[in-house]
Amino acid sequence: MADLAAPVLDVRGLKTVFQTRGGEVHAVNSVSFHLERGELLGVVGESGSGKSVTMMSLIGLLPSPPADVRAGSVMLGDRDLLKISAAELQAVRGAKVGFVFQDPMTSLNPVFTVGMQIMEPLRRHMGLSKAQAETRAVELLELVGISDARKRLKAYPHQFSGGMRQRVMIAIALACDPDVLIADEPTTALDVTIQAQILELVKELRRKLGMAIIWITHDLGVIAGIADRVMVMYGGQVVEQAPVKELFGNPQHPYTRALLKTIPSLTGERADRLQVIEGQPPIMTAAPTACPFRDRCAQAFDRCARENPLRRAIDGREVGRGHDVACHWTPEVAHA
Amino acid sequence: MLDQSPEKLVQVKDLKMYFPIHTGLFRSHTGDVKAVDGVSFDIIKGETLGLVGESGCGKSTVGRALLRLYDPTAGQVIIDGEDIATLSPEALRKKRPQMQMVFQDPQASLNPRMTLAAIIGEPLEEHTNWTRDRKTERIYELMDAVGLNRRFANRFPHEFSGGQRQRIGIARALALNPKFIVCDEPIAALDVSIQAQVVNLLEDLQAKFGLTYLFISHDLSMVRHIADRVAVMYLGRIAELSPRDALFARPLHPYAEALLSAVPEPDPNLEATRQRIILQGDVPSPANPPKGCNFCTRCPKAFDLCHAEKPQLQEVEPGRLVACHLFTPNNPAAGSTGGAEATEHNQQGETR
Repeated sequence: MADLAAPVLDVRGLKTVFQTRGGEVHAVNSVSFHLERGELLGVVGESGSGKSVTMMSLIGLLPSPPADVRAGSVMLGDRDLLKISAAELQAVRGAKVGFVFQDPMTSLNPVFTVGMQIMEPLRRHMGLSKAQAETRAVELLELVGISDARKRLKAYPHQFSGGMRQRVMIAIALACDPDVLIADEPTTALDVTIQAQILELVKELRRKLGMAIIWITHDLGVIAGIADRVMVMYGGQVVEQAPVKELFGNPQHPYTRALLKTIPSLTGERADRLQVIEGQPPIMTAAPTACPFRDRCAQAFDRCARENPLRRAIDGREVGRGHDVACHWTPEVAHA
Repeated sequence: MLDQSPEKLVQVKDLKMYFPIHTGLFRSHTGDVKAVDGVSFDIIKGETLGLVGESGCGKSTVGRALLRLYDPTAGQVIIDGEDIATLSPEALRKKRPQMQMVFQDPQASLNPRMTLAAIIGEPLEEHTNWTRDRKTERIYELMDAVGLNRRFANRFPHEFSGGQRQRIGIARALALNPKFIVCDEPIAALDVSIQAQVVNLLEDLQAKFGLTYLFISHDLSMVRHIADRVAVMYLGRIAELSPRDALFARPLHPYAEALLSAVPEPDPNLEATRQRIILQGDVPSPANPPKGCNFCTRCPKAFDLCHAEKPQLQEVEPGRLVACHLFTPNNPAAGSTGGAEATEHNQQGETR
């Protein structure tokens, strides 16, 4: 437990299935990853790739049924979050793991003041008195850059703008000094100039507090600016994982490469025609027996339809520690 | 208003769109949300004009007022020689086939109870008296043009993915051979890997049918890809209107500069060294815009004049129009608003 080299969060073989009227949907398939102390892990993927469901499975935020977390382990420190009771899990949420959602308007309660919503976790998880909680709430609001904090505690969410609401959400998530902050598309609903403000804030908070963050997004630009390490998800599984510069400089999976090419550049050369990834992302109605990207992949060959590729390291290090990719294709295949 | 050169398809002159605010027991008119507050621009035949800005800046309202989905409060919208802001309902109906719209949300803009063929064929029902066979032939033709398989003609919108639904919306907009299409955030609701498909389709159709687009978007890198010229809006007014390459290489208006610098680029090395202009605060309410320049509350370069007087859009370099006092060498005494607006139009007329 006191081992400082151990990751804060270690997820192994997570599998989440939804029972729907149309049958099962295998939203998360054997996802494994870890989060180091003070690290920012970016998770990239399109809608339906399983990135949000993965994170919600970790801390029991999915209603069951329809969701069913079938396998895996989620080690937070020395506890497996998939094995502990609902009451224990509730104590973990908020106190140990903070969550920031995409839409700050729907995740704040409109009938309570902002102050009450920040003080709630403080009183519940940390047992502070009302006066202590209020002092701490003012500190938190100042920390996330809201001026005139003491007065703002009495305001309601609708009196805040979108960017300010997201700052409040971050303040709530940080209230109990969590070990891990999970941010699910926290800037997607915001305008670019406001997004830039929030990204600056997060960078500053990391310098001050040094916490570990998982940042989910579909925006590769945001990831390039803030992440230390990136995990690319497709069809419910991790298809590539690498340190940020390595991923953008030397992408290995055909999906990652295509994704990077399909986005037009703001400053670089302007292409006459955009690169296209043909087809649609898959809906995983069964446990995968083949590569989920094969139908859209230019490099697919017969093995891709027979066997779902496992993650393999390309730099000789352990999978998850360096650069790894889940793809059968190697230069040798091209020559065979 | 017969002086326009033949190449300008759309001319917008001092367009204003106010939404009244009613308050109190008797719902008395107490103010206006000035969603669009004096916007002027031209769109040249065959070009794509990009219209960018943050949410609430009035870009979608401009698009809707342009097709008279709203009745503008003031101003002119001349499309192909006719001022549609004042057309009678019957004349407007006759004009509609020339100007169409592609909406943001393909889920909400397609009737879930209509088949694909009925959706694409509806404009034909409304505006032509063709025979059934001819209509069916045209529907198939349109489906081919946007890359939808003919077998899907009798399916319903929910059976399609987001990208395919957007293709249906585009086919419907094309049905009557329009000259001008307003694309209101056509890719915002789509996944990254699908966006490129739709953008390429829009470009192909433009080349094939000689279409003119107003492309409204908040995605600046996509606008850089598709647009020929770009107008940047802030709080109901145009801050800068420039040719694409000039704008992205060197934005002149401080807001355009800040907006471009805020967009993250998918390149970690670039991101690590990039100097960002972080704007403080939020966009003021359009119901109560600041006195002087609309951007003066957040502008890092604002000076006294900016808080006193609204800058007019004027040509500061060939083809580049900017509304900023930094580019007006001290001439606040240059006459009334009317005079300033007149020069603005003249200068716009000289563009290109």
